[in-house]
Amino acid sequence: MSKKDMPIEKSHIMMFARSIGDPNPIYYDEDHANDSDVGSIIAPPTFTQASAQFDPDYFLRPKIDGKGWFGSGKESTGAKKEGSSSDGDGSGAAMGLHAEQHFEYHRPVRPGDVLTPETKSGKTWEKDSKRAGKLKFSESVTEFRDQNGELVVTAIGVGVQTEKPVEN
Amino acid sequence: MLDKSKINLGDTHSEVVVEDLKRTQIVQYAGASGDYNPLHSDEIFTTKVVGYPSVFAHGMLSMGLTGKMLTNYVGDASLKKFGVRFTNQVWPGDTLTSKATVMSIREENGETLVDLNIETTNQDDVTVITGSAVALAK
Repeated sequence: MSKKDMPIEKSHIMMFARSIGDPNPIYYDEDHANDSDVGSIIAPPTFTQASAQFDPDYFLRPKIDGKGWFGSGKESTGAKKEGSSSDGDGSGAAMGLHAEQHFEYHRPVRPGDVLTPETKSGKTWEKDSKRAGKLKFSESVTEFRDQNGELVVTAIGVGVQTEKPVEN
Repeated sequence: MLDKSKINLGDTHSEVVVEDLKRTQIVQYAGASGDYNPLHSDEIFTTKVVGYPSVFAHGMLSMGLTGKMLTNYVGDASLKKFGVRFTNQVWPGDTLTSKATVMSIREENGETLVDLNIETTNQDDVTVITGSAVALAK
């Protein structure tokens, strides 16, 4: 396994389906799923986004060393101001928002699969916005391949860094 | 799976995908997806440090909720493509309605494909997601 490999497990699929409020038994009930046309439990369409769980360096998960996180604790910033440059207050990182997400499905994701994500940077562009100042967009393309090297899901994400919080 | 003999251009399917979204559900999504950005769970950080009026939902939670409407309509393991733009933020207390509209029905490589337009709106009729999907029909 590469260090970011995503082992697909049925309990994780069940928890993910619950979190999006989806009661479809194809996501947790083995008897139902095995008798269905699909033939087994499968993952919901947006499930590969949870591959973040398996990226040891994922920047939006508090690290187990307890350092460098930017949520509130004793201080509302959650980080020491006098720390190293990577220990800032994090408000800059929090200006990153998700602008677009696109999936192409080559086959369903099933428990027992081990998906290897490979991400390439795509195009970048800028735009001015009345509601959030200068916007910097960047695209990334992630191919999820299975244990046999076959393409399962292609995910294209577009992130945006806003100059200021979006006005609502 | 969609039955091509029973669908027509302009057909719509809509569902309320969440009512009065709770902060707890946003936390639940953070745990399941692994995206712990404090903008989605840490009210103090989000309001005092960043300057938003409250925490808000992950875009991917809105997309996941929208996807529930879509899979209920097109059936399990029938999606070929699903893509969205996040046009407005989703806040605790929001009630979201997702709608799919049949835009075209076509044959490609021996398969019947249905192109769908996707929109999710909140209780004030503000669009939070626009997008499209391609589903297999029989």
